[in-house]
Order: sequence, then C-alpha cells, then structure tokens
Amino acid sequence: MNQTTTGGSPAHTGSRGSRIVGLLAAGGAVALLVFALVLSPADRIQGEAVRLMYVHVPAAICMYLCVGLLGLGSALWLVKRTPGWDVLAAAAAEVGLVFTALTLLTGMLWGRPTWGVYWVWDARLTTTAMLAVLLAGYLALRRVPATAESRSRRAAVAGLLVVIDLPLIHYSVSWWRTLHQGETIATTDVKIDGLMLFSLVLGMAVGVLVTVWLLIHRFRVAWLEEEVEQGGLDLALAERRAEAEVGA
Amino acid sequence: MINQGYVVAGYLITFLGLGAYAAWILVRGRRLSAKVPEERRRWM
Repeated sequence: MNQTTTGGSPAHTGSRGSRIVGLLAAGGAVALLVFALVLSPADRIQGEAVRLMYVHVPAAICMYLCVGLLGLGSALWLVKRTPGWDVLAAAAAEVGLVFTALTLLTGMLWGRPTWGVYWVWDARLTTTAMLAVLLAGYLALRRVPATAESRSRRAAVAGLLVVIDLPLIHYSVSWWRTLHQGETIATTDVKIDGLMLFSLVLGMAVGVLVTVWLLIHRFRVAWLEEEVEQGGLDLALAERRAEAEVGA
Repeated sequence: MINQGYVVAGYLITFLGLGAYAAWILVRGRRLSAKVPEERRRWM
C-alpha cells in the first residue's frame, strides 16, 4: 500500500518512466545471471574466474558514467547556477561511489585467483582507490554547514577536481607498467568473442539501466532533501521575524 | 570449479550491495516525500 500525503498522491520517488527502467533492469539482471553463470563458457586460462568479468567491467563502466555526470553537473552549475545541476552532481557522486566500491571489491575477488593476490599497488588499482577517496571527500564536503549557494559552489569546484582522476584511471594501463590487463574491447582488435562478448555487453547494458534507475531515484531524494532543508529554513526565518515583531 | 567461491562472492556482493542501496534510496524517498507538498514533487 502506498504511503500518501495530504494531496492523496503516493509519497515516493517513483514515476512511470522509472518503473519502466526498473523493470527492464530487473529483467536484464536475471538474463545476465543466466548468461554469465550458466550459458557462457569458462575461460581456457582463467577458468571459472572469468565470470567475474561480467560484473566487474560493467561496474567500472557505471563508475565512469557517474563520475562523468558529476563533472557535467558541476560544470553546468558553475555556468547556469540552477539547483538541478548541483543535485545531479550530488546524486551522481553517491551512486558513483557505490559503483567504485563494487569495482574495487569485484576486482579484488578476480585478482586473487588470477594474480595470486587480492591487492597490489598497481597504477589502475591505486587510481581507482583514489577515486573512492575523492568521492567520499566530495560527499563529506557537501555535508559541511554553509549557505546553499556557497555549498553548491565549493561542491562544483571539488566535483571538477574529482573528474581529473578519470583519465588517470583509464590511461593508467597505457602510461605505466601495470599488472592490470590493458583494454580488451575498447580497441578495434576485439580479443574475446561469442557468448563471452555477448554476456559482457549484456552486463554493460544492465549496468547502465541500473545506474539510470538509481540516478533517477537518488536525484529525487536529493531534491526532496533540498526542499525539506529549505522548508526548515523558511520556518526558522518566519519564527525569527515573528519574535522580532513581538519584541518591537 | 576451483574458483567458484570467488565468483559467488563477487555476484553476491554486487547484487546484494546494489539491492540494499536501492532499498535504502526508496525508503528515504518515501520518508522525505511525506514531508514535501505534492506540488513540489515535480515527477508526480
């Protein structure tokens, strides 16, 4: 049963569009489990561990997408100064942190059977861990008490600084000697094929759908947080004015 | 099947982690929506 407000409409962050995206994501996730864990073959060298690729690579793609949106929202807030861009940046940063954590964790679980270690201070791993710290710092900065204008301004600058880490992560496997493998499908010479490639592409598509769904809802939650905060401020100002009038 | 444990752990972390995060967002959205007038919730 839906919780309702005085207006009688359901009190939640869902809409027709978000429900369609959610259903597609859920259906895609079930299909991904079937293809990734049952239908696709084990790798000749990596064995069963290759199945981690179908969640690790999509998580990394979603991480890139979210941090890109963080940069876009931050830049457009600095240009247009409309609250929606700031809210988009905040939502993208939090969802991006979740996907960065998943990228690191699934990467560690994939690294143990293939490299023999969970973690090594390799350029790709280190720059990705840096991104997690930067995103956590960005979100902490947003919680520092300030006026809405100054919070948005410093968050936008910080957001643009976070984005600098993206090319470092992406090109780390080319710029430095790393244990992490180089590009597999982002080149003209694709090195995997058949069901493995299909499962990987399906994983990416599902990942993007999940990201869109999370971003829609997180954006609306962040918007509601701003509304509640603004409502509290308006109430406090009205009370202060009433007190001043009584005092006069 | 040597590395099955790592695969299972990876999928559990991914699906349970995203599921828990999605549930947290939905619950928070419902709580906050109840405090905000309908006309301020533009997606309705």
